Amino acid sequence: MKRVLENVENQFETFQILDEQGKIVNEDAMPDLSDDELKEIMHRMVYTRILDQRSIALNRQGRLGFYAPTAGQEASQLGTQYALEKEDFILPGYRDVPPIIWHGLPLYQAFLFSRGHYHGNQMPEGVNALSPQIIIGAQYIQTAGVALGMKKRGKKSVALTYTGDGGTSQGDFYEGINFAGAYSAPAIFVVQNNRFAISVPVEKQTAAKTLAQKAVAAGIEGIQVDGMDVLAVYAATKAARERAVSGEGPTLIETLTYRYGPHTMAGDDPTRYRTEELDNEWEKRDPIVRFRKFLENKGIWSEEEENKIIEQAKEEIKAAIKKADEQPKQKVSDLISNMYEELPAHLQEQLEEYKAKESK
Amino acid sequence: MAQMTMIQAITDALRTELKNDENVLVFGEDVGQNGGVFRATEGLQKEFGEDRVFDTPLAESGIGGLAFGLSIQGFRPVPEIQFFGFVYEAMDAINGQMARLRYRSGDTQHAPVTIRSPFGGGVHTPELHADSLEGLVAQQPGLKVVIPSTPYDAKGLLISAIRDNDPVVYLEHMKLYRSFRGEVPEEEYTIDIGKADVKREGSDVTLVAYGAMVHACLKAAEELEKNGVQAEVIDLRTVMPIDLETIVQSVEKTNRVVVVQEAQRQAGLASYIVSQIQERAILHLEAPILTVAAPDTVYAFTQAEEVWLPNYNDIIEKVDKVINF
Repeated sequence: MKRVLENVENQFETFQILDEQGKIVNEDAMPDLSDDELKEIMHRMVYTRILDQRSIALNRQGRLGFYAPTAGQEASQLGTQYALEKEDFILPGYRDVPPIIWHGLPLYQAFLFSRGHYHGNQMPEGVNALSPQIIIGAQYIQTAGVALGMKKRGKKSVALTYTGDGGTSQGDFYEGINFAGAYSAPAIFVVQNNRFAISVPVEKQTAAKTLAQKAVAAGIEGIQVDGMDVLAVYAATKAARERAVSGEGPTLIETLTYRYGPHTMAGDDPTRYRTEELDNEWEKRDPIVRFRKFLENKGIWSEEEENKIIEQAKEEIKAAIKKADEQPKQKVSDLISNMYEELPAHLQEQLEEYKAKESK
Repeated sequence: MAQMTMIQAITDALRTELKNDENVLVFGEDVGQNGGVFRATEGLQKEFGEDRVFDTPLAESGIGGLAFGLSIQGFRPVPEIQFFGFVYEAMDAINGQMARLRYRSGDTQHAPVTIRSPFGGGVHTPELHADSLEGLVAQQPGLKVVIPSTPYDAKGLLISAIRDNDPVVYLEHMKLYRSFRGEVPEEEYTIDIGKADVKREGSDVTLVAYGAMVHACLKAAEELEKNGVQAEVIDLRTVMPIDLETIVQSVEKTNRVVVVQEAQRQAGLASYIVSQIQERAILHLEAPILTVAAPDTVYAFTQAEEVWLPNYNDIIEKVDKVINF
C-alpha cells in the first residue's frame, strides 16, 4: 500500500514574494501593481495598525465594546480585500472588521458594531458585505450560497470569507468548501492561521501539517501563503479571483500570520499561553516593516508620508467615535420593528406596549 | 377542483411558485431527478431544469447555509430537510442565522426561505425520523412555523410560506401525506399564515390541535357527539405565531379547553397555548385547561408507537375530565 501523506504535504509550500528585509524573492509572481497602488496598500496597512491601537485604547476607556485585535494581520486582511472588486461580497468573521471597512463600511458604523448597536450592521446600499459573524464556521457555508447565487445570476464576481486556524476544525468549515467545490461556485475561502485559537495552539487543532491541504478533502485548489507578505497575499487572492470568475471554482487560501495582541479585549491574557520568544520571532516578520522597506528601496515612501497617514487616521477615528456617540439610543420598539417585514399579532401587541412605555 | 392527497397538493404548490417566480429555487437531498424520498418534488426538475430544482451534498448545515447565501443574492430558496429529526445538524443555520438576519442587519437584509421537512409518527419509521420538534423552532424569534393537516391547507399555506419575505419552517406530517384525499382548487390561492381554522363547530368544549392530532380530535368529536358533547375543533395550521384570537373566541363560547399535541408534554406548543389562554380568558373557564401529549420519553421504538402516540381515546378521556370537573 502506498503512503501518501508526505507527497500531499509537499504540495503546499509557503508562497512568498517579499522577504523579511523587503526584498523580492519571487520576481515571476510579482503582481502588476502601480506605484500609486503600492502606496495605497501601505496607506491602508498603516491606517489599520493605528485603528487597532486606538480601538484597544478606546475599549479600555469603555468607549468601545467587543473588540478583537488585528495588529499583525494587516497583510492578510487587507491584501485579500485589495484584490477584490466592489461587486465582490465579503462574509467576515468577528476579527475581520478592517476588510469590510476598506470595502465600504463607514468607520463610525464599525464602532457601533463593537458597541452593540443595530445601525452598525446596516450596510450602506452598494456595500457588499455582511456584518462580522460570531458563530465560527457559519460564514463558510453562507459563502457557498452567496457564490452559487452569483454563478446563477451570471455575475463576474466572487464571495470571499475568512476564518481562523481554530475555525478549520468546525463542520461548517468543511461543508462550506465542499459545497462550493461541488457547485464549482466562485468563492474564496481564507484561513488566517495566527497559530492560536484563544489559548489553543494550531497543533492541537489537527495533525495536518498545513491548513491549506484541507482543500484536498473538498477537491479544490489550496495554497499556503506568507500572511505577513502583503504582495503574496494579494497575488494569491487575485489569482483565486481570476479562476473563480472564469468558472474554475473555489480556492482555499491559508495565510500564515500572527496577532500581536490578545484574542479579544474581554480579559484574554496571551502571556498565559504564548512565549516572549514566539512574539519576538513574529514581530520580526511584521508586514508593515517589511513593506515599508520595500517601498523605501523603491524610493516611493517616506516617514513624512507615513506620519501624515497616522495623523489622518487619528483624526478620522476621533470624528467617527463622535458620530457613533451621536447615534440615537436603541429602543425596544426599534428591535421589534426589525424582526419581520409584517409583524405577527403577538409582536404587534408587544410593540404597542413598549411604544406606550417609551412615550412616557 | 381536483381530488388530491396532501403530498400532491404540496407538489402543486411548489410547481405554482416555481412558475410564478423565477427566484424560487428548490433543493435538498434527492429532490432533483429522484423527485424526493416522498415524491414531493416529482417531475419538478424535469419541468423547470436543474438550475431551479437541484440536489445537494448530504449535509443539512450546508443546505441551511446555501439557503442563507442564496437569499443574499435575491433568490427565494425552498430547501428540504429530508426528515426533521435531522434539523439538529442545521440548527445554527436556521435558528442562529436565517431567523436573525433581518434583525441583525437592522432590516437591510432578509431571508425569504421556506424550509420544508417531513415529521410525525404512526408510519413505523426508523430512529429520529418521526420526532415532533416544532417546539424548538417555534421558540426562535424571527421564524414562523406552519403545520398543515389537509391537502387544501397544505397548498394554500405553502404558497403563502414561499411568498413570505421572512423564514418559514413548513412541517409536513408523514402520516397525512397519502392517508386521504381532499378537494384542492387547481388555481393558485393563499391561506394567511398565523390564521387558525375551525374544522368543526361545537359549543361544549374547545379542542386546540395541529398536525395529525387534528384528525384525532375530529374522530374524538364524532364519538363525543354520540354522548351529547359538542366539541369545537380548532386546527392551528400555524404554530408560530399562534392565532390566539380564534382560540379565545372559542373558549368564550365553550368555557372548556383541551390542547392536543403529538409531541411530548415537555415539548411542542401546548404549554405556551395554555399560558396564553389563562392570561386572556381565565374568567371564561369552567374547568382547568388540560393537555393531551406524548409521554416525556425519547420518541418510541417503532413497535411501541401504538401505545405511545396520543390518540382519540386519550382526547375523549381528557374531555370527560373537563366536562365533569
